[in-house]
Amino acid sequence: MKLALAAAAAALLLAAPALADEPGPGGSKPPTPVTGQQVYQMVCQACHMADGKGAVGAGAFPSLASNPKLKTAAYPIVMVTKGRGAMPWFSDLLSPAQTAAVITYVRTSFGNAYPEPVTAQDVTRLSPPAAGH
Amino acid sequence: MEQTGQRTTRRQLLSTIGMLGGSALMYNMMTTLGYAAETRFKGPPNLSGAKKGASVIVLGAGLAGMLAAYELTKAGYKVKVLECQDRAGGRNWSLYGGDTITEMGGATQKVGFAAGNYLNPGPWRIPHHHRTLLHYCKAFGVALEPFIQFNHNAYVHNTDAFGGKPQRFKALAADFEGNVAELLGKALDQKSLDAAVTAEDRDRLKEALREWGMLDGDMRYAKNLRSSEHRGFERPPGGGVGGAPTPSDLFGLKDVLDSRIWRNMAFFMNDEFQTTMFQPVGGMGMIGKAFAREVQPLITYNAKVTRIDQGKKGVVVTYADTGTGVVTEAKADWCVCTIPLTVLSQIENNMSAKMNAAIAAVPYSNSVKIGLEMKRRFWEEDAAIYGGHSFTNQEIGLVSYPNNNFLKDGPAVLLGAFASGMGGYHLAGMTPEERIEAALAQGSVFHPESYRKEFSNGASVAWNRVPWILGCCARWTEETRAAHYQTLVAMDGRVVLAGEHASYVGCWMEGALLSSIDAITRLHKRALEA
Repeated sequence: MKLALAAAAAALLLAAPALADEPGPGGSKPPTPVTGQQVYQMVCQACHMADGKGAVGAGAFPSLASNPKLKTAAYPIVMVTKGRGAMPWFSDLLSPAQTAAVITYVRTSFGNAYPEPVTAQDVTRLSPPAAGH
Repeated sequence: MEQTGQRTTRRQLLSTIGMLGGSALMYNMMTTLGYAAETRFKGPPNLSGAKKGASVIVLGAGLAGMLAAYELTKAGYKVKVLECQDRAGGRNWSLYGGDTITEMGGATQKVGFAAGNYLNPGPWRIPHHHRTLLHYCKAFGVALEPFIQFNHNAYVHNTDAFGGKPQRFKALAADFEGNVAELLGKALDQKSLDAAVTAEDRDRLKEALREWGMLDGDMRYAKNLRSSEHRGFERPPGGGVGGAPTPSDLFGLKDVLDSRIWRNMAFFMNDEFQTTMFQPVGGMGMIGKAFAREVQPLITYNAKVTRIDQGKKGVVVTYADTGTGVVTEAKADWCVCTIPLTVLSQIENNMSAKMNAAIAAVPYSNSVKIGLEMKRRFWEEDAAIYGGHSFTNQEIGLVSYPNNNFLKDGPAVLLGAFASGMGGYHLAGMTPEERIEAALAQGSVFHPESYRKEFSNGASVAWNRVPWILGCCARWTEETRAAHYQTLVAMDGRVVLAGEHASYVGCWMEGALLSSIDAITRLHKRALEA
């Protein structure tokens, strides 16, 4: 019973109007990316581009390629889960496992060589779900 | 219940006020008397009496910036507007055949639509209670026509319902309501609700359920001509010998629930998505063009702001010409900054640390729109769909049908996707060609015989990749509102921010205008006090 109520409450939260011109009830079932590469292609490359090099307009999307900031795993974990500036938070879109997978992927791709994998536990530790948005 | 006599008295009073004081005063009175409380617009700001020689620099020639320029000029300020693009209007924008768009990453599209056809990449519909926008549309001569928001005959598609076969909204909604009515009727009969309703109300509720849910005399939702009046007939009423209608089969309750049709029904009940809605004749960009006509001489185009520096005496804005690279410094007493926060957070400035923290705390939403030009209006000719939206749970979100030129021959442009969230990011990360292919593949579910066959050409805008904004709209949360909103809208020395991001009507043009009026009203007051 308690679980069912919690689920109902969660559904209510999801259904709350966004007060914006939004697509409405459609688009609720996109494919679910699993591997780090899949998450990157489905989410990150919209801004950081397929080659990881980012792009420049009136503002810039930083390059992830050969980026020394990725050395400390905590940095990308906090950026992905909490966001900053033009970078949104993805804690409401990506699970800790998906977040860990994509950070591991980026840290070992695009000229980066930080082979130690990031785990879902690392993500949860730095960004507890309750503190998410 | 209101007495007829009272109502007449109030109407007479209002009409007298209207004659004496004009529409703005009448509008204020209407709000006071409890009508029209759906808007915060109190009429144009009517600022006047600026100090002699006082000047304002406005950053951004979107609607918020141009409204500020228009009203501040009227108030007596010397105004200069800097715009990063070679076009005014900002997100108020339409794409026509011959237009070229280049996105972040370099992909370039040449729009191939036939003359008169367009895609509105950003705003595309106007709620009837967005009074500020409607006021300026009228004032600046923008012709409006209906936007068909709610079409009972459009489709709803869910990959998890009906084996993935789309169904008409009206059939799903009728069956949802019919089933709910029947179940509630049973609950009333079983006296499950006696604690909540009186005997008298129970009788009236039963009557309501029968009439609303199209139940039969036994309070059953059944296959008959009555239910078909809501959900559609198998054979509709005709003339002459074979004119008698035949009823349609009902869907099973489980299938109806699988379709999650209540989400679509609830969407149309949302204040911002209720009919009547409007669109400008010829494309949403007509509004930006009309605003630009009013302030054209004030705008410097291709001016990319690189630094905002304020001191005790004024504001210095440094900007570079995007074509020549020539750097210029512009000085003014005051500054209205409408630059999107995604970009502003990357511009050097000496506003307060608190303001910069607020600017950096608000990322932007993502969305993708795709226009598909079709050689003929098969949705009208073959499916009797005139405007409105067919929804799908696939990434494209919906297919929306054009609201003008009904029944005409020749090509027309469909909105082939309005995607956000995960699906929006996925489509944004594709090449323009891949986006069109995804839109065709997914949209074909609604019109399988014609969608690919009649396709002529397409164009897409992924807002994350639009170089002058890097996103769609400001994304506030309860937490960031509490921590940063008041800082963001407050004057920071000689600078005030304006735009949809500085409002509670986020992602709507109305929010940009209400924010702008509020910002310049406070700026004017401060300037007079200085």
